[in-house]
Amino acid sequence: MNGFHWDWAFTWEVFPMILTAAKVTLLATLLGSIFAIVMGLVFALLRRSNSRTLRISIYWVVEFIRSTPLLVQIFFLYYVMPEFGISMSPLATGVFALGLHYGAYLSEVFRSGIDGIEKGQWEAARALNLTIVDTYKDIVLPQAIRPMIPATGNYIIAMFKETPQLSAITLLEMLQMAKIIGSENFRYLEPFTLVGILYLVFSLLAAYGIHQVERRFPKEGFSLK
Amino acid sequence: MSAPIIEFKNVKKCFGETVIFSDFNFKVEENEIVSIIGPSGSGKSTLLRILMTLEGIDGGYINVAGESLWHMPWQGQHVPANNKHLHKMRNHLGMVFQHFNLFPHMTVKRNITEAPMRVKGVSRAEAEEFAEKLLQLVGLADKADSYPNDLSGGQKQRVGIARALAMKPSILLLDEITSALDPELVDEVLDVIRNLVKEESFTMLLVTHEMYFAREISDRVCFFDKGAIVEEGEPEAIFTQPKEERTKAFLNAYIGQ
Repeated sequence: MNGFHWDWAFTWEVFPMILTAAKVTLLATLLGSIFAIVMGLVFALLRRSNSRTLRISIYWVVEFIRSTPLLVQIFFLYYVMPEFGISMSPLATGVFALGLHYGAYLSEVFRSGIDGIEKGQWEAARALNLTIVDTYKDIVLPQAIRPMIPATGNYIIAMFKETPQLSAITLLEMLQMAKIIGSENFRYLEPFTLVGILYLVFSLLAAYGIHQVERRFPKEGFSLK
Repeated sequence: MSAPIIEFKNVKKCFGETVIFSDFNFKVEENEIVSIIGPSGSGKSTLLRILMTLEGIDGGYINVAGESLWHMPWQGQHVPANNKHLHKMRNHLGMVFQHFNLFPHMTVKRNITEAPMRVKGVSRAEAEEFAEKLLQLVGLADKADSYPNDLSGGQKQRVGIARALAMKPSILLLDEITSALDPELVDEVLDVIRNLVKEESFTMLLVTHEMYFAREISDRVCFFDKGAIVEEGEPEAIFTQPKEERTKAFLNAYIGQ
């Protein structure tokens, strides 16, 4: 029987390499989150457009993205798009795919947050003759953000845990690095355990951070001076 | 005699199958104070909401300050108004809401200065100076830095009045501004309107259930029922010698006339 044997020397040897790859994972998550938030907001606002055609089109775009696997989208962007002359690095593809995929989910979070703003707030803004841009920017979004924080945070953490899928397009993130280390040294226990622990630590830290942001966020919303 | 500042001509308004106004005609003269009374669901608030462009119309025309509110001229024809036209027309109007609709994430001062700064391009200093005057007018000079949730209902509504006045409208629409208040807070809000009327000339349209206030402050009282003006006239005539049975029944029920 192959007994359980944890090699501390090997652990310390590979830890810096895993950490270096963790930076790629975090970068992909950070950029993917920013892109997802922007796309989610764009989708959510377009879903409230006066144009029925636009509303329906965006609805189906969002449904299509949500109903197809992330890995298929990653492969499509990485292997198919170059045939149309659009070629991106693994990291850019990953950021784009994560942003688009989670943007579709976030759009529903943002839409329900915006829908949660009382009708009277919209009417007061209109009675005061504020433009639609000022209404969103100064009245609606500052009040809608707080209820959106928990769900948005959950999706960002989910995105972070989906980054190993980017290893399928050769992005050297944490899991890919662990696989390479394992195959080169015929030892998988330490690198994969380290990766698991790092995912756990980062996820818990992110969850704590999101909770703190939500707790400190004014209940009524915030106002830019 | 000058043209009325507000004129409804054959206005039609429906909510789905429900007809609110079928062929509604109504005029308000400049600087006239008109109270609209009547049972719930008679179309009183809808009238104000149409004027404030919160509700569209399904037929007819409305003129405000000599221009069509919901239509605009285009290539020699009257076509439905675009956003730019509505934006221009809203400058004539200000509205105070039943449920205040203050922005809870902004201080009282910011609630009052936001629109003048954004919409009219007034400088912050000028907007804040005017806000201070308005807060003095409504008796809340010490609440400039408070948030709406820290105020009583009466105080919130006084801020709502100051916020509407900050845009310097020529027509003020008051939609049941005391209906959401506890009885002991009603007078502090009505006193603000009393003082306002003494100090400034306004065209004012108020939907109210405060009959004594309507009687005291109005130049004309209109009794609404089922989307039509059943009876209108000077307050004394309406409240002491109503001609229509429907008006009598309503006033009896309300004030035990």
